[in-house]
Amino acid sequence: MRVAAQFLLLALASGASPAYADWQLNMPRGVTEISHAVFDLHMIIFWICVAIAVVVFGVMFWSIFHHRKSRGARAENFHENTLVEVIWTLVPFVILIGMAVPATATLVKMYDSSDAEVDIQVTGYQWKWRYQYLGEDIDFFSSLTTPREQINNEAPKDENYLLEVDNPLVIPAGKKVRFLVTAADVIHSWWVPAFAVKKDAIPGFINEAWTNVPEPGIYRGQCAELCGKDHGFMPIVVEVKPQAEYDQWLVDTRAAQAATAAAASQVLSMDELMAKGEQVYNTACAACHQTNGQGLGSVFPALKGSKIALGDIEAHIDIVVNGKAGTAMQAFKDQLSAVDLAAVITWERNAWGNNVGDKVDPATIQKLKEGTE
Amino acid sequence: MNTLTRTIEHTEQHGPAEGLSRWFFTTNHKDIGTLYLWFSFAMFLTGGCMALMIRAELFQPGLQLIEPGFFNQMTTMHGLIMVFGAVMPAFVGLANWMLPLMVGAPDMALPRMNNWSFWILPFAFAMMLSTLFMEGGGPNFGWTFYAPLSTTYAPPSVTFFIFAVHMMGISSIMGAINVVVTILNMRAPGMTMMKLPLFVWTWLITAFLLIAVMPVLAGVVTMMLMDIHFGTSFFNAAGGGDPVLFQHVFWFFGHPEVYIMILPAFGIVSEIIPTFARKRLFGYASMVYATASIAFLSFIVWAHHMFTVGIPLMGELFFMFATMLIAVPTGVKVFNWVATMFRGSMTFETPMLFALAFVVLFTIGGFSGLMLAIAPADFQYHDTYFVVAHFHYVLVPGAVFAIMAGVYYWLPKWTGHYYNETLGKVHFWISFIGVNLTFFPMHFIGLAGMPRRIPDYALQFADFNMVASVGAFIFGFSQLIFLVLVIKTIRGGDRAPAQVWEHPQGLEWTLPSPAPYHSFVEPPEVK
Ligand code: HEC
Ligand SMILES: [Cu+2]
Repeated sequence: MRVAAQFLLLALASGASPAYADWQLNMPRGVTEISHAVFDLHMIIFWICVAIAVVVFGVMFWSIFHHRKSRGARAENFHENTLVEVIWTLVPFVILIGMAVPATATLVKMYDSSDAEVDIQVTGYQWKWRYQYLGEDIDFFSSLTTPREQINNEAPKDENYLLEVDNPLVIPAGKKVRFLVTAADVIHSWWVPAFAVKKDAIPGFINEAWTNVPEPGIYRGQCAELCGKDHGFMPIVVEVKPQAEYDQWLVDTRAAQAATAAAASQVLSMDELMAKGEQVYNTACAACHQTNGQGLGSVFPALKGSKIALGDIEAHIDIVVNGKAGTAMQAFKDQLSAVDLAAVITWERNAWGNNVGDKVDPATIQKLKEGTE
Repeated sequence: MNTLTRTIEHTEQHGPAEGLSRWFFTTNHKDIGTLYLWFSFAMFLTGGCMALMIRAELFQPGLQLIEPGFFNQMTTMHGLIMVFGAVMPAFVGLANWMLPLMVGAPDMALPRMNNWSFWILPFAFAMMLSTLFMEGGGPNFGWTFYAPLSTTYAPPSVTFFIFAVHMMGISSIMGAINVVVTILNMRAPGMTMMKLPLFVWTWLITAFLLIAVMPVLAGVVTMMLMDIHFGTSFFNAAGGGDPVLFQHVFWFFGHPEVYIMILPAFGIVSEIIPTFARKRLFGYASMVYATASIAFLSFIVWAHHMFTVGIPLMGELFFMFATMLIAVPTGVKVFNWVATMFRGSMTFETPMLFALAFVVLFTIGGFSGLMLAIAPADFQYHDTYFVVAHFHYVLVPGAVFAIMAGVYYWLPKWTGHYYNETLGKVHFWISFIGVNLTFFPMHFIGLAGMPRRIPDYALQFADFNMVASVGAFIFGFSQLIFLVLVIKTIRGGDRAPAQVWEHPQGLEWTLPSPAPYHSFVEPPEVK
């Protein structure tokens, strides 16, 4: 009853708000040679279906109209005709062969990931992506940045609602880029429609996919395989840059990563740690443990008042840094910097009425990180 | 000899037992058929409410009504309930009612087992639904329950889910064995295989599919159980297992399962169209062969659900070609139905309307299926709303419309009363509009790039989602008309004669309406 009432309210409200979008009907053609080939296949098979539909439904509606009893139609007696039946078995068969040829050719091209100039390992995590540039010493995570308020309808939604991330994947234009796709927990699927690339990310497997994007630009996609609670909230953003800009980006990113590592030797005050910790918590942990620290049912435990958060600090650091195998609690040692980890653990021990009063130094975490690498 | 005749006379005078025990202990095929049908309708409404919750949440972007975790439980339960609780039991119910009448038998061959196969189901579904109230919630990993989301990462209630699936499997296998034995052994003298009504043929083939694949489903959930509780690593990569193995085993069951839900529908439609076209079914023999070929092909196409998991090129090609081949026998069926209508003398009572809508809308689902078979294009379609549109077209205006057509067609035979034709037509037209409003726009949002199974979406998908949600509510509530109509027909209505329709074919129309409690006590002679 309440649901129905809310639904009605929504229906009324939507009449007042401006129409969102564009009534898009068809698949986008995409920006790569492969995506164009796929689009063409899609259109060919679509028109074949339309043609068959016109013939079959045409005859059917002709009969419905002309051979109806109310128009005095008298039923005839025929109920088989070998010639006709053989024809309508063979003709579709021939059409299918005609369709299979270009489909096979495209598939062979899609499977040929040899001679790539850039190799990137893409790893799906509950609910973010990790990009590691092989041989480039670049490694980062990419997660949703759409604010909670927009999702909860407390703020107007941006143009790229649910399709925006903190660190987009960056690739060079006009180069063959190979993706080595895998996952750390459950199965995900890495999909960018504009490239016609969709590959499942499966724990224990490395799948290959590739693309070659001629034009710089920003392209967006989403995880396509149900991967748990926030499956709908792990988008993909790819920034294609001209080679020179890409090279500069590599240099800058490496420098930034080095700076983050260096920051591990800093000593921060309690206030600094708490301020940073809250931020980190809200982006990295709140999806499961909730902003108020109370968790979700029995699946995601509360941290407010939790034995670990109030207890021995070593155990607390251990579960955050190394995760807990076989649960959704993942190892955060590669995902967060030493400073972020120190801050978030400090936050958990001192937020929501958890009053342990101690703090964690980035250096402690850095030592652990180095020890485990 | 003397005692034997007396017993027969004795049973002939027996009507059903009194009160509730009639339903608990019944071994009568009509009672059991009725139980199956009511159960399936209750599940249809339950699963439908879940679908409406999903559509209400998706009415607009943003999270409004339900949490993502609960949303996943709803998509999962909706799928499981509709497949195992609504569509499959409805077909078993129709089989129970109609197979003995159609082959000229007094009852099903194994009546006690029949009772048991039904009565397992309410317990299985009570257990499955109870998981929604357990700590951690019910199954939230999709009706395809891919590991490791359904094993290592599953809520604790998954064990009850596994047990419920086992019970449903046992029920289905027993039901299928009963169908096979009845059809093979209890046909009236003179009813050769090639004289069987098509509904009987399609059910015979469906029953073999069930017997072949339900044990595979049982196997895969047992492997899950072992992984969860007994330390094995069938699907756990960290222990040397293989998450893709799960998908192979699941779809080896799952693809034939799809045909289990559509072959009996083909059978029903092949009974109805000739009756209202007043013309014999075109190409009877080719219908039988086409059904058998579809059943055979259903075993060698499973990996077309897995084009993106990274199977080798040769595998990908094999499954693409095999899948495209299915279009040939399916096409034959559609052509035959159209040829049956051609130069007939058609009228459009409610069963015929549903059957005609079936032919058109199922074929649309078939077309999108053919598109999905093209592996490179499937990389774009896979796991989007395009797939959701596809399988809802073959399942709702496909299987469900065929079931409704069958109910309208045989309801006068079951109850002895005609249903209210006006109300039936109103039900049809509202359902027809609702179904298309719901599922047609899903093709567009899928092509535009909206993944399935998400509780919230980017803004460019907003318009058509709103249309689909409105359609879903129209379709959902129109089913209450059906409920009212059926109850009214049971209670009373114009009296139906034995034939019910103008010259329908088949033995069921030689019995009075309502059909007597014991069907053919004397086997009829088929010429
Ligand atoms: C994907 C969901 C998820 C995310 C994101 C997540 N956790 Fe967890 N966390 C869990 C689960 C599940 C457990 C329980 C593990 C178990 O079974 O013991 C857990 C347990 C914990 C515990 C131990 C609680 C107790 O009392 O047992 C701590 C501390 C913790 N997480 C901290 C964090 C921090 C810090 C972050 C962010 C950096 C984080 N978690 C992010 C799912 C998550
Ligand atoms: Cu994912």
